Amino acid sequence: MTLKKILLDALKNKTALAGFVLVVFFALVALFAPVLAPSSGRDSYQMPQGGYSIQPQAPSGEHYFGTTENQYDLYYGIVWGARMAFKVGITVVFFALLIGLIVGGIAGFAGGWTDEILMRLTDIIFAVPSMVLAMVIAAMLGRDLGNMMIALTIVSWPSYARLVRGGVLSIKEREFVLAAKALGASPSRIFIKHIIPNAIYPVIIMASLDIGYIVLTAASLSFLGLGSPVGTADWGQLVALSRNWILGGNGNPFAYWYTIVIPGSALLLFVLGWNLLGDAFRDILDTKAKKA
Amino acid sequence: MFKYILRRLFMLPLVMIGVTFFLFFLTQRLSPEMRASLYIQDPRQMGSLEEVIQKYGLNDPMPVQYVRWLKKAAKGDLGYSESANMPVISALKAYLPATGQLAVAAMVLVVFFGLWLGIVSAVKKESITDNLIRLGVLAGFSLPIFVLGLLLLMVFYGKLGWFAPGEYSFSADMIIHSANFKTYTGLLLIDSLLNLNFYVFFDVLKHLVLPAVTLCIGSFALMVRVMRSSMLEELGKDYVRSARARGLSNWRVIYKHAGLNAMIPAVTLAGIQFIRLLGGTVIVETVFDYPGIGRWGVACAQQLDIAGIMGFSLMVAVLFVLGNLAADILYTALDPRIRLK
Repeated sequence: MTLKKILLDALKNKTALAGFVLVVFFALVALFAPVLAPSSGRDSYQMPQGGYSIQPQAPSGEHYFGTTENQYDLYYGIVWGARMAFKVGITVVFFALLIGLIVGGIAGFAGGWTDEILMRLTDIIFAVPSMVLAMVIAAMLGRDLGNMMIALTIVSWPSYARLVRGGVLSIKEREFVLAAKALGASPSRIFIKHIIPNAIYPVIIMASLDIGYIVLTAASLSFLGLGSPVGTADWGQLVALSRNWILGGNGNPFAYWYTIVIPGSALLLFVLGWNLLGDAFRDILDTKAKKA
Repeated sequence: MFKYILRRLFMLPLVMIGVTFFLFFLTQRLSPEMRASLYIQDPRQMGSLEEVIQKYGLNDPMPVQYVRWLKKAAKGDLGYSESANMPVISALKAYLPATGQLAVAAMVLVVFFGLWLGIVSAVKKESITDNLIRLGVLAGFSLPIFVLGLLLLMVFYGKLGWFAPGEYSFSADMIIHSANFKTYTGLLLIDSLLNLNFYVFFDVLKHLVLPAVTLCIGSFALMVRVMRSSMLEELGKDYVRSARARGLSNWRVIYKHAGLNAMIPAVTLAGIQFIRLLGGTVIVETVFDYPGIGRWGVACAQQLDIAGIMGFSLMVAVLFVLGNLAADILYTALDPRIRLK
């Protein structure tokens, strides 16, 4: 390895490092949310409301980031919104991955008609842009956090199913699987013990890096009023609360800048962190695939 | 190749039946009373809710209701959209051109700047410029479009007053709906030119700037990445070296020789990118109050306008599947190494 190559790799890792720092920062905020912004109510994800005045208040000693329309404390919303982002992202990825593993694994392993039917099922989900489909599903199920996560899971699992299926198909004919078969292992044992562990690791990495994208879609749904219920600490909803104030007031167009810039930055940095990580990992996985 | 296209076209109705069946299944989660209320215009009719349920068979088993919907849809009757206050078919006709206009404008920006940034990024490989472009493009990809849209409105509408939301201004509205203004295509950019009315043309164009910019920001990432790697590959080839040896200017070698060849994979990508923009129009049109199919779709979803939701999703799905097929065909046509099976 030449010095130049090492330096170039270090440069590449710099972006990965930046992404890692961002993600860890938000993870810490999420983890210590009860310490950073102690909640008083029963449901910590519900933002405390300091009155019903419609006009947002600028950042002050009492409200570090100011308040939104209807007097929700922005600081509280941002801190617990980080926890909410991880909650939504991890839950959706977990269930989408679980369904993708089962469906993709069965389709790849069984082949034939089973495969055909299951893959046509993914075609149906792929026939509508995921943002649009998630919006329609969330609307029909009703405005609720759980329903939003169900909608996001429904639109997310097919891509994992296809990845897993591809992995299973390529591993099915490898020597160690044939050897296990020759030794008389049952199909279910081969599937669970040999094929799944070898086919899923790349998919798990890819899926976990999708958390940024999923949180972005969730925020879009909340922005449209189809996601989390009113008053939930949710970045998309905080941005929606700024919509009436982007023109400012009293001759100053930027009078209420904090209502949009603060939640917008939180969302941007969170998603950027995951995308930076994702970019680096995709390169690494790519080189691995080329070597193999 | 021909067989592939035929098979995909044959699959289209099947996929559409799958999509609509799934969505129809979801609508059944709403009670018959809720669905019946969509047929009622006047509060005094409320007593006849039972009659409406009976009349339209809203209590029938789901497959029966679905087949009834399908039969009507096949005849071109998609029902009445409460949120648009007109039949679904008319709503689609009214809103689709505006969205088409917006998507094309955004796409022009994506292709033009995407290719250019990709070339610059490849030529100045691993320099500060390259890294800034790559980081900027990734940041654009991570920026929620509703945040960007609102910020742009804050600066360019609130502060500077250059651009306003909507599809056209009030004065243009008067002209468009006057007797002298003939509608040819429904696309106002084209219609205004055909009417030789440049005031309307520039008014519509001006209103397109912010939504188009917002819509395209997230789409650069893939374009720049593909263009960059394809350009790097071309720049390492022999013909580029011989062109340089012949003393051609750097500009000519980069843009005319390597650039044109490197464009093939990036341009084919444009087809897929165009389709992806469809999802983004939902948010952008809502933020900018732009009267396209996306804003209508959001209104349908928010107001549980079932006929509207079904019609909107069906339309988007047809566009999406046909668009993907077109992208596939374009891909093979431009790159002979790829064969579709």
